[in-house]
Amino acid sequence: MQDKKFIILGDRDGVPGPAIEECIKSFGGEVLFSTTECFV
Amino acid sequence: MDLENQARIKELAEKLGPENLVVILGGAEAEASGLAAETVSNGDPTFAGPLAGVSLGLPAYHIFEDAIKNLVDPQVYDDQVSMMEMVLDVDEIIKEVSTYREQYAKF
Repeated sequence: MQDKKFIILGDRDGVPGPAIEECIKSFGGEVLFSTTECFV
Repeated sequence: MDLENQARIKELAEKLGPENLVVILGGAEAEASGLAAETVSNGDPTFAGPLAGVSLGLPAYHIFEDAIKNLVDPQVYDDQVSMMEMVLDVDEIIKEVSTYREQYAKF
């Protein structure tokens, strides 16, 4: 899993993109892009 | 899922190879999270975006799932995610996302 490249689809009402990005970076994962969608 | 994001994901999969990509979701509820997992693996079920009819086979995990959570620095997880984990229906979200992943993800 660590050698994969990550695409992050956060949610404004759930876990936002930047929060997930911090998590992925904490184990050395490469983030390709991170966004925060709004489903409302 | 946002049409612009569908386009970006399609482009990245074509450029880097779908076998190298993993999608991480932060959705607040099960249905929308499942829809996103379905879109990146089997194609856009609403047939509205660039992934309509395109089965990339990408695996999608919710950040709450152990496969991802266990990799994350516990302090970072605690700071960034744990509060939402307490208020959302984690079991239902994980069930929905993993169902689509197991059914459609190819990698």
